[in-house]
Amino acid sequence: MNRGEREAAVRRIMERGGAVLPPDLYGEAVRRGDRLLRQRQLVRRVLWLLAFAAAVAFTVWAAEAQPWAEPPAQTTPPLTGW
Amino acid sequence: MRDRQVARDARRAREFEAFVAGAAGRLLHAAVLLTAEAPDASPRARRLLTLALAHTYARWDRLRGEDPYDCARQYLATRFARTTWHRYGVLGRARPDPRSPLAALTPRERLVLVLRLYEGVAEEQTAALLGLPAERVHALCDRATASVLHPDRPAAPRTANTEVAPS
Repeated sequence: MNRGEREAAVRRIMERGGAVLPPDLYGEAVRRGDRLLRQRQLVRRVLWLLAFAAAVAFTVWAAEAQPWAEPPAQTTPPLTGW
Repeated sequence: MRDRQVARDARRAREFEAFVAGAAGRLLHAAVLLTAEAPDASPRARRLLTLALAHTYARWDRLRGEDPYDCARQYLATRFARTTWHRYGVLGRARPDPRSPLAALTPRERLVLVLRLYEGVAEEQTAALLGLPAERVHALCDRATASVLHPDRPAAPRTANTEVAPS
């Protein structure tokens, strides 16, 4: 018995019998699928909201602190040749 | 905008219903083979099938020409592999029903056999799906075939690393 025949025999064994489908399979799948979609949408919205809030917070902080401006000198330059 | 959304929902529902009517029987049979439950009492296989179909439904609009059957089958297989390990693996070992033709096999052997022979997935694709080398899939398939055909013969030693893949 070569490999092909063995595989065909196993395939026949596996094809035997059939399970009965649960009655409301379609409805249950759609319900769960819809819930998955809604959850994903919610997560996406929350993440966008967070990103937006972070952008706003950064803008406000940058406008307030102006980190690009040179800080005023803390020491007086040495006075020479006076 | 609203109308388009409604139309899209209706089309998806129609297409998905046709898909379920056509594919659910075969997918359930595959799931029952995987879980090795009796055909008339297969809560785990039904749950797997429902989850796979729900996942396919959620992905329906983003399939972009991909075969929904492939999507469902892939989800079924990976979910089975995952849950077998952490829920039914070490402690609560699920006892296969003796009426199942694959009752004598380990979950991984069942997975390989169902994907390769029952579903006819190519060896490389099966290997990629399960994260195994193709030679290992080949060897697993051979061994599982042998133990299905000759259940009384003692199985080959189940050492993963020392075996030589027959070519």
